[in-house]
Amino acid sequence: MARIDLEHIRHAYGAKPKSENDYALKEVHHEWNDGGAYALLGPSGCGKTTLLNIISGLINPSEGRILFDGKDVTHLSTQDRNIAQVFQFPVIYDTMTVYDNLAFPLRNRHVPETEVDRRVKEIIEMIGLGGWAGKKAQGLTADQKQKISLGRGLVRSDVSAILFDEPLTVIDPEMKWVLRSQIKRLHKQFGFTMVYVTHDQTEALTFADKVVVMYDGQIVQIGTPAELFERPRHTFVGYFIGSPGMNVLPAKIDGSTATIGDETIALNFRPEIKSGAKTELGIRPEFVAIGREGMPVAISKVEDIGRHKIVRARFADQLISIILDEDGEIPAEPRIAFDQKAINIYADSWRVGGEA
Amino acid sequence: MEKTWNNKAWFMVLPVLVLVAFSAVIPLMTVVNYSVQDTFGNNEFFWAGTDWYVDVLTSDRFWDALTRNLIFSAIILAIEIPLGIIIALNMPKKGLGVPVCLVLMALPLLIPWNVVGTIWQVFGRVDIGLLGHTLEMLGVNYNYVQNPIDAWVTLIVMDVWHWTSLVVLLCYAGLVSIPDAYYQAAKIDGASRWSVFRYIQLPKMKRVLLIAFLLRFMDSFMIYTEPFVVTGGGPGNSTTFLSIDLVKMAIGQFDLGPAAALSIIYFLIILLLSWIFYTVMTTSDAQS
Repeated sequence: MARIDLEHIRHAYGAKPKSENDYALKEVHHEWNDGGAYALLGPSGCGKTTLLNIISGLINPSEGRILFDGKDVTHLSTQDRNIAQVFQFPVIYDTMTVYDNLAFPLRNRHVPETEVDRRVKEIIEMIGLGGWAGKKAQGLTADQKQKISLGRGLVRSDVSAILFDEPLTVIDPEMKWVLRSQIKRLHKQFGFTMVYVTHDQTEALTFADKVVVMYDGQIVQIGTPAELFERPRHTFVGYFIGSPGMNVLPAKIDGSTATIGDETIALNFRPEIKSGAKTELGIRPEFVAIGREGMPVAISKVEDIGRHKIVRARFADQLISIILDEDGEIPAEPRIAFDQKAINIYADSWRVGGEA
Repeated sequence: MEKTWNNKAWFMVLPVLVLVAFSAVIPLMTVVNYSVQDTFGNNEFFWAGTDWYVDVLTSDRFWDALTRNLIFSAIILAIEIPLGIIIALNMPKKGLGVPVCLVLMALPLLIPWNVVGTIWQVFGRVDIGLLGHTLEMLGVNYNYVQNPIDAWVTLIVMDVWHWTSLVVLLCYAGLVSIPDAYYQAAKIDGASRWSVFRYIQLPKMKRVLLIAFLLRFMDSFMIYTEPFVVTGGGPGNSTTFLSIDLVKMAIGQFDLGPAAALSIIYFLIILLLSWIFYTVMTTSDAQS
């Protein structure tokens, strides 16, 4: 187990990056605490897999240093870094049995056979493949194959960290829950440092203590699930987290009031905004109340998704989503009000002012 | 799944059946026809039964040629399959090297058999050939026209030059289909170079290797053109393979009956051996 420091890491796949845009990974400077469970969340192509591969040593960063427990490992090979990594698609050794697959990483490191046997038997029970030890890995289902991949990651007790690269993509939904809670339990039990890449926000939020949101090659916010929900630092985090995402409405900010179209909204703080910045007001659909008082809206559609209803409406010529309780009523002349505490103000997409 | 019976479906297969009938079945049957009859010319045929088959199977000439064929195929497979794998493993996976290597590899395959034979026939000549002359200058006693060993070496080197590319290309196709994640996982699992080959690359190449093995076996077992051009079956009978013997018998001596019987036997041997190889290689696959 180790603390991992990333010092000013940048990476470009091309040979000679000229501008900032040539970097697949813009500057990342971050520290992963020993024993922490982190989720790297972001859309496809945002650089999260690149960052993961830099940590595991499959990619050498163009710039910057990586430290494990204070020791520089930037130029060490993957083997020497002692990292376990689970990939998106199950990687198994077809010709080996389930048992040999799990024993492979240990035998390669010349672990004594009695120890191998003990570890493998433990892991095989843990991943629920108890009766399958002697089976060839070839004929297994995708679920089982991915469990073996997971098992090969977990079998080494001395790893510095375990990295997961969207490991549950190919798994059936109900199985996902089972595996995710197993990983979580193992994390609690052994306390290894864990970095989990995903583009599924539910997965990230349920899994991790800290979620790292990446967008366009950079980290836009690191926070607990609650922080990401209530105080998104960047409008992208607002959109990306939550279902539906945050309403981001262009607004004029004047002192402690915001103006959207003809409507004026009072704020409980006074954002400081540089002149010329593009200003927006962000409010989550959960914090928009619909009723007889407030600002007029035109309802365009109501989606009933079971637990609650999602109301799509036009407000001041903008599209807005509102979450309404399952038994909530929409009056004949609907009006909406924003929960003042939940309003975030953005200047050029970054959050300004207010308490954190 | 419920299968619907559709009589009209036969019409779809008919063109292929007709084509195969004309290209394979009918010629084969005429050979069967010759093999059970005797003739003294004038298009008069007499029933001979299995006489020709007995003749062929009891002649030393047949068994000698068959032995030569088996040895030749065994040597060819033992050299070309491992060599093909090694070259494929060392080919570049991306960049400008890929098309360059692929074109270089494909070149020998594009040359017609008889031209390959002619190239090596000239190349190996002691008086004017680059190879033969160079070897003589170096003091190596090399003469494929007189020395049976030299004739064999020439034929084998020629076949390796001509056909290893096929094995390489097939293996390469198998190798590039392996996702990067396998190599990355192997690195993380601390696998050695040998383990990567043994547990990742070889299993993924298994299917194409089966095809390569069968193709190279059948082709080398049927070899005719190159030895005909280079050695003409000599010196003596040392490079007289079944195919060369067959042509001597059919066209040289005009013994249609024995030649036809030999053709059928030859055909059945290839069929049988290919079937055995295929079964052995695929059942070991299914057991795993």
